[in-house]
Amino acid sequence: MDVQLTIIDRDGVNHTVDAPTDMAMNLMEVVRSYELAPEGTIGVCGGMAMCASCQCYVKSDHDLPEKSEDEEAMLSEAFNVEENSRLGCQIHITEALEGLVVELAPEE
Amino acid sequence: MIKTDILIIGAGPTGLFAVFEAGLLKLKCHIIDALPQPGGQLAELYPKKPIYDIPGFPEVLAGDLVDNLMEQIKSFQPGFTLGEKAETIEKLDDGSFIVTTDAGTQHHAPIIAIAGGLGSFEPRKPKIDNLFNFENKGVEYMIKDPEKFRDQSVVIAGGGDSALDWSIFLADVASEVTLVHRRNEFRGALESVDRVKELKDMGKIKLITPAEVVNLKGEEHLNKVIIRKNNNPQEDFELATDYFIPLFGLSPKLGPIANWGLEIEKNAIKVDNTLDYQTNIPGIYAIGDVNTYPGKLKLILCGFHEATLMCQSAFQKIHPEKRYVMKYTTVGGVTGFDGTKKEAPKAVVKSID
Repeated sequence: MDVQLTIIDRDGVNHTVDAPTDMAMNLMEVVRSYELAPEGTIGVCGGMAMCASCQCYVKSDHDLPEKSEDEEAMLSEAFNVEENSRLGCQIHITEALEGLVVELAPEE
Repeated sequence: MIKTDILIIGAGPTGLFAVFEAGLLKLKCHIIDALPQPGGQLAELYPKKPIYDIPGFPEVLAGDLVDNLMEQIKSFQPGFTLGEKAETIEKLDDGSFIVTTDAGTQHHAPIIAIAGGLGSFEPRKPKIDNLFNFENKGVEYMIKDPEKFRDQSVVIAGGGDSALDWSIFLADVASEVTLVHRRNEFRGALESVDRVKELKDMGKIKLITPAEVVNLKGEEHLNKVIIRKNNNPQEDFELATDYFIPLFGLSPKLGPIANWGLEIEKNAIKVDNTLDYQTNIPGIYAIGDVNTYPGKLKLILCGFHEATLMCQSAFQKIHPEKRYVMKYTTVGGVTGFDGTKKEAPKAVVKSID
């Protein structure tokens, strides 16, 4: 089953996309699969929470799983961090994300 | 001037393995890398992470894979220019190239193999308005010569291994070490965190958390930083210092290679994947994560394959007159440039009475 997400790219353009819940994908991978940010500017570490290139701001009031220690630590060193910052690679696509709205943080 | 057969840019797994394949063809290699140690991302980003898709290794730590590759290529005696970034390239009339690093080291080779991965690792710079004004005037992103800080006061910012390790090291060198971090928690090896706590209790490191350096002051040279505590501008205060060293890790940038006239697509170098991973400039190849072609996958195992085909093509370019067929290592063994030879033990031929 797919969920519908709205992703605001770094130029401020809204994209409504379908993301599969059965492919073990995360939000960073969804952004890459739709090429909403140029290759090499997102998911640089491959999804290990070791860079902040997939940082995004959660704009809807979804109840997301809590940040792991790795994500917390990486965000504490990232730039442009806001209260609603998350690392896209740590957000797994589940049915609970239906209607999620996120905005990609600027490239560092 | 360093001379070699294949000049490899990037000491990640793909670049290292290229040395082996070149060595089997009796071609010598030299490797340039911006980082001070070989291994690329594997050594810099995730040395302790297990990798599960290296053929023949059900599980191998990234750091161990690098060690193994270094061992595998040892007898081919590759040269290394580490801690320097390949900056410019010049094509000579005979078709060979001179590559010069940012430190001015020159390399001459008929073949260039760019195995640059995601690019060269550059320091992540914090968003402080006047940061650039003080670069080399009190702001340092890397510590190349710790002696520079002897009897000077330094403010280090960051919460990872490098911020911890350099705070510990400089505690004995600098006159004053202040470590500023946005959180109370640090992410690093347990012994480093413990050691910083000890040094803090001994008064040798001043710890300011949760806090951030938000501004810099000075005339010609930096002389103080403005520190914001608890993310509250009302708690801003000045701290006199000779140096500010932000250590927020490194991030890869394609860098100067992007200006070498190579065809670039999606932040990667376009190559001919139907043949030999050569770029639009004859004699320059791109292998591993740095290249792109239809169906490209950024996997170490794909980089190994690309390196192998690249070396065959390089051999033909360097020795157009020589006939050659690929030889299996099980047949030909491995003869190093250092005189060592590895080969299969001879089978015993003996009759059984």
